[in-house]
Amino acid sequence: MSGKPYRVIGTRPVRHDGADKVTGRAQFGADVRLPGMAYGYVLRSPYAHARIRRIDTSRAESYPGVLAVVTAADLPSGPDRLVDLVEGTLPLSYARTNVLARDKALYKGHAVAAVAADNPHVAEEAAGLIEVEYEPLPPVLDVLEAMREDAPRVLEDLRMRQLGELTDKAGNIGEHFRHVLGDVEKGFAEAEVIVEREFRTVMVHQGYLEPQSATALWNQDGRVYLWTTTQGAFSAREATAWILDLPVSQVRVTPMEVGGAFGGKIRVYLEPLAALLSRKCGRPVQITMPRRDVFEATGPTPGTYIRVKMGARADGRITAAQVWMAYETGAFPSGQCGFGAICILAPYDIPNVLIDGYDVVVNKPSTAPYRAPGATQAAFAAESVVDELAERLGMDPIEFRLKNAAREGTRRADGLKYQRIGCVEVLEAMRDHPHYGAPLEGPNRGRGVAMGYWFNIGWYSSCVISVNPDGTVNLVEGSVDLSGTRTTIAMQAAEVLGLRPEQVHPIVADTDSIGPTAVTGGSRTTYATGWAAWEAAHDVIRQMKQRAALLWEVDPEAVSFDGGVFRSGDRSMTFAELAERLEETGGPVVGRGAVNPSSAGGSFAGAIVDVEVDPETGKVTVLRFTSVQDAGTAIHPTAVEGQMQGGSAQGIGWALHEEYSWSPEGAMLNSSLLDYREPTALDVPPIETVIVEVPEPQHPFGVRGVGEANIVPPPAAIANAIYRAIGVRLRLLPMKPSAVLEAIWSKEV
Amino acid sequence: MPVVFIPPPLQGLTGGRITLEVEGATVRELIENLDRAWPGLRERLVEGDRLRPHIRVAVDGRISTMGLLERVGATSEVHFVAAVSGG
Amino acid sequence: MTREKVRVQTTINEQPVEFLCEPRQSLLECLRGILGLTGAKEGCNDGNCGACAVIMDGRVVNSCLVLGVEAEGRRITTIEGLARGAELHPVQRAFLEQGAVQCGFCTPGLILATKVLLDRHPDPSEPQIRRWLANHLCRCTGYDKIVRAVRQAAAELREVRA
Repeated sequence: MSGKPYRVIGTRPVRHDGADKVTGRAQFGADVRLPGMAYGYVLRSPYAHARIRRIDTSRAESYPGVLAVVTAADLPSGPDRLVDLVEGTLPLSYARTNVLARDKALYKGHAVAAVAADNPHVAEEAAGLIEVEYEPLPPVLDVLEAMREDAPRVLEDLRMRQLGELTDKAGNIGEHFRHVLGDVEKGFAEAEVIVEREFRTVMVHQGYLEPQSATALWNQDGRVYLWTTTQGAFSAREATAWILDLPVSQVRVTPMEVGGAFGGKIRVYLEPLAALLSRKCGRPVQITMPRRDVFEATGPTPGTYIRVKMGARADGRITAAQVWMAYETGAFPSGQCGFGAICILAPYDIPNVLIDGYDVVVNKPSTAPYRAPGATQAAFAAESVVDELAERLGMDPIEFRLKNAAREGTRRADGLKYQRIGCVEVLEAMRDHPHYGAPLEGPNRGRGVAMGYWFNIGWYSSCVISVNPDGTVNLVEGSVDLSGTRTTIAMQAAEVLGLRPEQVHPIVADTDSIGPTAVTGGSRTTYATGWAAWEAAHDVIRQMKQRAALLWEVDPEAVSFDGGVFRSGDRSMTFAELAERLEETGGPVVGRGAVNPSSAGGSFAGAIVDVEVDPETGKVTVLRFTSVQDAGTAIHPTAVEGQMQGGSAQGIGWALHEEYSWSPEGAMLNSSLLDYREPTALDVPPIETVIVEVPEPQHPFGVRGVGEANIVPPPAAIANAIYRAIGVRLRLLPMKPSAVLEAIWSKEV
Repeated sequence: MPVVFIPPPLQGLTGGRITLEVEGATVRELIENLDRAWPGLRERLVEGDRLRPHIRVAVDGRISTMGLLERVGATSEVHFVAAVSGG
Repeated sequence: MTREKVRVQTTINEQPVEFLCEPRQSLLECLRGILGLTGAKEGCNDGNCGACAVIMDGRVVNSCLVLGVEAEGRRITTIEGLARGAELHPVQRAFLEQGAVQCGFCTPGLILATKVLLDRHPDPSEPQIRRWLANHLCRCTGYDKIVRAVRQAAAELREVRA
């Protein structure tokens, strides 16, 4: 597919853990069974905002079968400091408070106490015997109202941050982001067409099928052993250690297979609780979240208010763009508005830009990243305005975007110049795709397009490759495998070593067994851990050349390696033949790689969507969907397609039927998979994919992470399609049937 | 000479200047030299031996993992940005 | 609520199985917590995701909605019972070859549901496949490759059975 002469890269081997996944043998968090294991249950606040006056656990503690009860009093409360917990830098006290509420419950579902017992039913019954005296407070539930001077304070000690600095502005604004390019006043003055619109999106959840689960053993050797559902074994180790005030090396995390994460399984919720319970009762303790808690007490994604103003000349050049955006981040600041601010105008070269973004706390669960966090909400707004602008100018939506497309050297809103990117290539692939020009006949049908971007991250990864006597290799790495990365990483090593993918045995190791490796997220894994594997593989080759040189009595410089064969002069040996001679030439060959690359170029994605709207029910049916994305170099095309299809389906759900429905008191009304409507097989059409390859220059194989950007375009593309279908533009997510009907009726009035 | 982009919250210290040319082979050297000309800048960017926790530095469009140690070329562009991640 | 245990005799994966459980324990809990068959997963515990699906007397059921005591006298197939020795079932293999497995959490329920579909309807259309699998949520794949896997398995099984 890439046109390069790769043997392994670009092929589609069956993943190494495939048999385990289809036979039920793969071990997920809640599958852990340890001798003497007890079960935990978490008691949670029924109030969205309340002071906690008193907690009495005595009746629970004396309930038959109960082994231990913990509250915030069992958490250390040493001097506060800022910690970097992957998703952003925040005070350690916030991380601890989210695990167990101390003085205030900050959202309905906020953990207040935890119980361990012989069986999960007993633990739940005992939790019901814990007496908590709450003093309810007025909850803050709307992002704009939360920003008012007279709004109730969610966190009394919160001060607004600006570029990492605390101001003394108290209130509910956690952070202010501002990006300025050029002069928007001048830019708008030059514009002949201006569009300004407001948008709202509602909180949604990553919706992973597997609830969080953690098993902890506070061992008599003083170490805490964790088996947990996490995207990052090392980040979970760090977070748990800091929250419990332990040296990091005293915690070992064994990452289990993960049943979906999408950013929602970076933060620790249960690990410290299970550890504290284990310390008290001397047994391993397993806590698994019920589905209701997954919705109410983990980290959904912010709802938003976004205002976008864009101006363009009659020739189609955008001259200015101004954005005002407010993201509700739940009970603690999250920085996601900052990500949205970087991505909102990312596909465009606009000389005059002003973006003001606000991260605002409210009495809802503390938000967490969801696949390109903050970007989807931003694109919904910007891509709708771009669509409207193109229409007012009488230009085709893709041609308008091409005319203003970001390229290498274009300045992003935060000032950074793009390196090599594939924005234009993605747009051209959309324009040239048969879907874009296909006739779409019938009433109430329309086609829409939209673009999306994620900057992707680099960060650190470690890898060790050891050679087996039979010529295969073991590859140990520390990246939790969410969807098949152990194979995409193994393939990169196989490419270097001249091996077939099945001759590389990848192992995802625990935190004692491999060097530090950053979280599986940010679209970094195939990119950075693959890079570490490439480095380790080259280290193996270097060492094996020395062994061949020893056997042939030549200088190592005189040994070459190509196509799986070592050569010098007229002598040659395959990798497997040399592997058999390692013991006598110096012992085992173990290669290592460790990388910490800077950020990568990022991935652009686009969507073409056909919809049909039923004007009587408001139901929107997605008839046809094409996802286009720049993968740099697709290591395993099936895996890349899978990411594009998965993100597209999530985008469809976000666009049309997913939402947190709130009571006036701040309780989620639909905290079940019945009423929180994730797409079923009936809700999405076949999803066609087009992989564009604009190699990332700094990666050895040109890889760009693809996990995230694909979720960004669908809501805007669907909104644009609905407009063409029925002549109304929806500016609120989700575009559920009642919202569509209201829009139709208000247009008719 | 490398060009440093001053983020909006710090432009008050540089008399409103958005870009400044300044010598330096590493980000640390750039900041030292900037602070000489515009006192107070260093304190806003650096804490102890490192960049402040919320801040990252981007050199030529790539967000560095090495902070003050990152090398800077003769024609490099340097930006200070809020730390970001992904999901 | 009584904690007195009931003896249940049943057949799981063609083997006679006997266990003790409390009347309030679901079949899912019994499979996972008592019998060590952790292939069936808990996604919601209220019948809305299909991750706990097993085959009971030839029908796909959400084991979170079946009581352990209701297994008495029934024939149950879990994901652990599908492969023959070291040979994967064609449905299992098709899921792997088509890339229909990402995180794998929904996979056991989906594979069992697919097996029942193809036992009854050897040549299902795409709409039929999607409707049949509508009670099995998958958050990772967008269903596209799952449908392809079902069709590959259908074709292979038709050939084998012909």
